[in-house]
Amino acid sequence: MAQNREFFYRRLHSLLGVIPVGLFLVQHLVVNHFATRGPEAFNRAAHFMENLPFRYFLEIFVIFLPLLFHAIYGLYIAFTAQNNVSRYSYFRNWMFMLQRLSGVITLIFVTWHVWETRVQAAFGAKVNYDMMANIVDNPFMLAFYIVGIVSTVFHFANGLWSFFVSWGITVTPRSQQISTYVTMGIFVALSIVGIRAILAFV
Amino acid sequence: MSENKTVRIIVTRQDRPDSPPYEEEFVIPYRPNMNVISALMEIRRNPVNAKGEKTTPVVWEMNCLEEVCGACSMVINGKARQSCTALIDQLEQPIRLEPMRTFPVIRDLQVDRSRMFDSLKKVKAWIPIDGTYDLGPGPRMPERKRQWAYELSKCMTCGVCLEACPNVNSKSNFIGPAPLSQVRLFNAHPTGAMHKAERLEAIMGDGGLANCGNSQNCVQSCPKGIPLTTSIAALNRAATIQMFRNFFGSDEV
Repeated sequence: MAQNREFFYRRLHSLLGVIPVGLFLVQHLVVNHFATRGPEAFNRAAHFMENLPFRYFLEIFVIFLPLLFHAIYGLYIAFTAQNNVSRYSYFRNWMFMLQRLSGVITLIFVTWHVWETRVQAAFGAKVNYDMMANIVDNPFMLAFYIVGIVSTVFHFANGLWSFFVSWGITVTPRSQQISTYVTMGIFVALSIVGIRAILAFV
Repeated sequence: MSENKTVRIIVTRQDRPDSPPYEEEFVIPYRPNMNVISALMEIRRNPVNAKGEKTTPVVWEMNCLEEVCGACSMVINGKARQSCTALIDQLEQPIRLEPMRTFPVIRDLQVDRSRMFDSLKKVKAWIPIDGTYDLGPGPRMPERKRQWAYELSKCMTCGVCLEACPNVNSKSNFIGPAPLSQVRLFNAHPTGAMHKAERLEAIMGDGGLANCGNSQNCVQSCPKGIPLTTSIAALNRAATIQMFRNFFGSDEV
């Protein structure tokens, strides 16, 4: 890596995690939630997303490239840490460790999920309610999806907390404390949205 | 209090910088109001381990003995702190003493903290006032600002925050919280602020500010209660502004 690029890469990593990857995640969870209104509602919503103009452009520049950078650089960050929660078991140190752990779980989950849905779609599979219903028919896969969703949402919510610190928005301990409450509220809310949606396919 | 009350201490020792560490146990007579330093002095006076074998005295560093110099930092029962303020009566026994392994170990509990002083040079942690003629008194500093800046000036470069930080290790080149907070201190000074951009750019380089992962162990561990994470977040804001200034242009120094 070129000299003195670390600051830029780290800030880019932090930014891309929220915009656009985080925003895409929220959008994706909201669209999935249509499944709770029945297969037709979900299929209509999925069909609408599928037929957005400039679909490939949007997919590449809003999803894949930012996600790829965030994932690869994130792995590098995760593996340069030497976790010490057993010695220093403070709340934030736990969150530090969980952020890295959830990042790795999310990467495994998202890779599998993209392979199973988007890549298969490229090979001609139809993306609809039945596709997901078939996947989560297997109780093991349902558990894998639930763990994956919770881990992704946690990584996003807690990442939002560190985004506010990294960009110098929350400076005082008080603002960081409130930010913890707000982001953990987002974690709980999005987890409910995500889990309700996946259970709608069962 | 019984006459033959004792203190059990297990020291992680190392004979040379490149030799493997090993543990040695000591049982020393208890005296009231002992601290870890006086216990180590007792071992030095009579270097015999718990098995009754004669051994070499344990090596450690100390200077002020009142928690302002930072020299006697070591890992005591799992947490990095100063041994001068670690009172035997308040510690669980056996007391485990280890060197701060984040730094190169010289011998036993003595470590080489040079990297911290190198970092202070790197970030220009001073205020340049020397010249060829008397520049007169500097500008005044607002009292409220002086109050929080004074807290940052309590840093004694002891290394406890680096030892506690999960991002300061052999796999990363992160300079750690202590030198970062010094940048905030010297940038807060009215004369020091004349070199604000230089200091910010130094910490916007490799191994600098952006390597902080917000585990916030530093602020929990700092023996001087320095608001290190507030400093880091404040510097993050300054660096964000500096980043835009550098890219889009600015007349600010």
